[in-house]
Amino acid sequence: MNWTVVQRILGLLLMMFSVTMLPPILFSLYYNDHSWLPFVEGFALTLVAGFICWLPVHRSRKDLRLRDGFLVVASFWTVLGTFGAAPLFFADGLSLSFTDAVFESMSGLTTTGATVLTGLDDLPVSILYYRQQLQWLGGMGIIVLAVAVLPMLGVGGMQLYRAETPGPVKDTKLTPRITETAKALWYVYLAFTITCMLGYRLAGMGWFDALCHAFSTVAIGGFSTHDLSIGHFDSAYIDIVAVFFMFVAGINFSLHFFAWRYVSVKHYFQDPEFRAYSYMLMAVSATVIAILYWHRSFVDPGQTFINGLFQAVSIATTTGFTTENFSVWPAALPVLLIFASFVGGSAGSTAGGIKVIRWLLIYKQGVREIVRLVHPSAEIPVKLGNKAVPYRVVDAVWGFFSVYMIAFGIMLLAMMSTGLDQVTAFSAVAATLNNLGPGLGDVASGFMSLSDTAKWIAVAGMLLGRLEIFTLLVLITPTFWRT
Amino acid sequence: MKILILGAGQVGSSAAYHLSREEANEVTVVDKRPDVLRELQDRLDIRTVVGNGAYPEVLERAGASDADIVVALTDSDETNMVACQVAYTQFRTPTKIARIRSAEYMNANKLFTQDAIPIDVRISPEQLVCTYVEQLILYPGSSQVLDFADGRVRLVGVKADRDGLLVGQRIATLKDHIPNTEGRIAAIYRQGKAMLPNGDTVIQEDDEVFFVADRKDIRVFMSEMRRLEDPVRRVVIAGGGNIGVRLALALEQTNQVKIIERDHLRARDISEQLNKAIVLVGDAADEELLLEENIDNVDVFCAITNSEEANILSSMLSKRLGAHKAMALINRASYVDLVESGSIDIAISPQQVTIGSLLAHVRRGDVVKVHSLRRGAAEAMEAIAHGTEDNSKVVGRAIEDIDLPKGTAIIAIVRGDQVIIAHHDTVIEADDHMILFMTDRRKIESLESLFQVGVSFV
Repeated sequence: MNWTVVQRILGLLLMMFSVTMLPPILFSLYYNDHSWLPFVEGFALTLVAGFICWLPVHRSRKDLRLRDGFLVVASFWTVLGTFGAAPLFFADGLSLSFTDAVFESMSGLTTTGATVLTGLDDLPVSILYYRQQLQWLGGMGIIVLAVAVLPMLGVGGMQLYRAETPGPVKDTKLTPRITETAKALWYVYLAFTITCMLGYRLAGMGWFDALCHAFSTVAIGGFSTHDLSIGHFDSAYIDIVAVFFMFVAGINFSLHFFAWRYVSVKHYFQDPEFRAYSYMLMAVSATVIAILYWHRSFVDPGQTFINGLFQAVSIATTTGFTTENFSVWPAALPVLLIFASFVGGSAGSTAGGIKVIRWLLIYKQGVREIVRLVHPSAEIPVKLGNKAVPYRVVDAVWGFFSVYMIAFGIMLLAMMSTGLDQVTAFSAVAATLNNLGPGLGDVASGFMSLSDTAKWIAVAGMLLGRLEIFTLLVLITPTFWRT
Repeated sequence: MKILILGAGQVGSSAAYHLSREEANEVTVVDKRPDVLRELQDRLDIRTVVGNGAYPEVLERAGASDADIVVALTDSDETNMVACQVAYTQFRTPTKIARIRSAEYMNANKLFTQDAIPIDVRISPEQLVCTYVEQLILYPGSSQVLDFADGRVRLVGVKADRDGLLVGQRIATLKDHIPNTEGRIAAIYRQGKAMLPNGDTVIQEDDEVFFVADRKDIRVFMSEMRRLEDPVRRVVIAGGGNIGVRLALALEQTNQVKIIERDHLRARDISEQLNKAIVLVGDAADEELLLEENIDNVDVFCAITNSEEANILSSMLSKRLGAHKAMALINRASYVDLVESGSIDIAISPQQVTIGSLLAHVRRGDVVKVHSLRRGAAEAMEAIAHGTEDNSKVVGRAIEDIDLPKGTAIIAIVRGDQVIIAHHDTVIEADDHMILFMTDRRKIESLESLFQVGVSFV
């Protein structure tokens, strides 16, 4: 293990992260909400901590090895979640405990969107902005951002990039240079954020709300500046804009990159994962709308359609915006929606969950077993878009799936042993592990009622989900530390 | 610059390594073997594409449509030629470089034209290595001999020893030692650290000295650095592969050459190609055979088989048995470190020899030749000064007025047929070939921008 290199990069990243606490100060001064002080304190704390971390080893110039990459990414997300909590912890108006501050900050960074705050509408503007910004930074991956802007990360950047990017296949680069790839992804991300903001503005939001919601929409986060989430605006236009951008942000960003570079949309429809993702969203939306209609939950068919569509897309992509309290919806709908979040978005997007491509591979293997029963001696490769998938990838998918389920089971038991009922515990774990946000039962509108222990379990779940389990899990295995 | 490398073999990987560590290059490597590519991508900041590099679809995926250079380095000449043809016809790639090993193709002079097989530059690593070794044998005592301006100027690396006339003295006294020759010490490496010397620098024992001189003066110069060795007469070559045979052919007229080949049929085959050289069948690491062939009288033992381990062992053995000098062909950089401090005199690295001819084509500005030195840390290059006094930062200026990056020196100029050894007041003219020595390769970009002609005045 190259401790000095890890420490140097960690220090650098922390210093870089401290800069992100400056924009809220500007908002605070502009709106005169008297809450700039916690951000100055947070900025100073993070900067100094980063500097102290970096100074003794700033001359260390070794390449990052594979293992160092895991360590940097995992420890950075942990450390960052903690330091990101600083302004929230220092803010007088909030009077959050340390646990709550870390929960809120981690929920932001991992784009989960679960909150412990109430009375959002009355909070200082700077704090509202800061929460949204955390989600935006976490969405594309702050380390990917670092790879883009810190060319000195060099070859080691690939290790970091790989440890952080979601999806089963992580070796595909969009451009020969890792820095360029990371930059390209951020450009696409930035472009979506801006269009999304303009979209919200045109649909009737104020500039501030438009910016804040654009941040949490393209990051598939789910934080809002209002207690009622998107439902606050009560506007079908805003719902449609949100649905569109949640859908777009749940698509693999390399597809967007190709669309941007080669000015074409044909490849979207040739991509098997995109097709499966669209079909799944359509199926879930149709089911939800049909059941809502059947039970006459809304008087107006238009309302039924828009609410059903919005909630289906929001939950299935793991965003977690709400227009209605879906936990009281009829029949199996609440559980169906929570289940949909296990699928999540596409690999290489900002969404959480297990990812569509993994489910697709698992499904194709099921089909293969059936074909094999009929033709026992047939050689049947698992194919995606006419290309055989390497056995390594197929194996890895199963490995991931089982570990995901085991993690889910353990956390569910842990949650229940803190005294939660089964529905609350189940949905709380699903909402955090899938980086979804809202759950059912006691956590339908927020996590404030949980005990501290349960909140820490939720924090662990959010981290596990964002880092796709293995990056974090590998650190607690003896193999990793054995030299 | 966007560069496409086809083939991730030894030459391909090392080309990818050297090219990708320059900021300005975007390198994509194509190969059929996914495992090799994965390993390569872990180490280098490159993109990899799996597939046959000659197929249009594979080239398309690898980004051939906007690539600036295609470098075909697979082991098959035919694949390389077809790949260049496809790149030219299908994608209009401006520069196409291919590795062509077979002399049969190399010698066909009408073959490589734009309307037949459009390859702009043909590289034969075997040929390059062979020439390299030939030069080392021609100048015994040198560790490197590099040609510029078609051999009119040579840059020679030599290790100073106690018997050199200049050793222990200031460089300024060189003029008194050898008044009628022109030459210049370009750089000195002392304990692995580079220094650009001035007149007051004192040369010490064990310094590695790089000097430039007109080719007729090289021997005189060498005698200043170390005891002049007698010209090489007896050469033993271990390994009758492509390089071995070429080398034997090149040397057999002037030297006594013996070549050891293990395989009977191959030995038979090469004995038919060679006229004077003696072909021995046997193992190059066989003590009996070496003794029988009077290894203790051999001036140079040169191990160039395909197996680098065998090369190292057999040259160590020959050295112990009394060969005056041992050279070994070694691919792995880590092995070079191991053996050069020990008993082997010169480690020949085919990658380093080959990479220079590639580097010349990725440099911006008009660069004719690049030689990679000291495993890529330093570079010597030949660049042409273009433009006029108004739009060039170089032309019309005395060398001392040129804003060269640190660690870089212009050491010689070739103007037409004339070789001018650079002094601080030498004025560069348009179309001069400048020979530069760069101790720090990372300065290459500031150097490139120096040679580019200002756009505003064109």
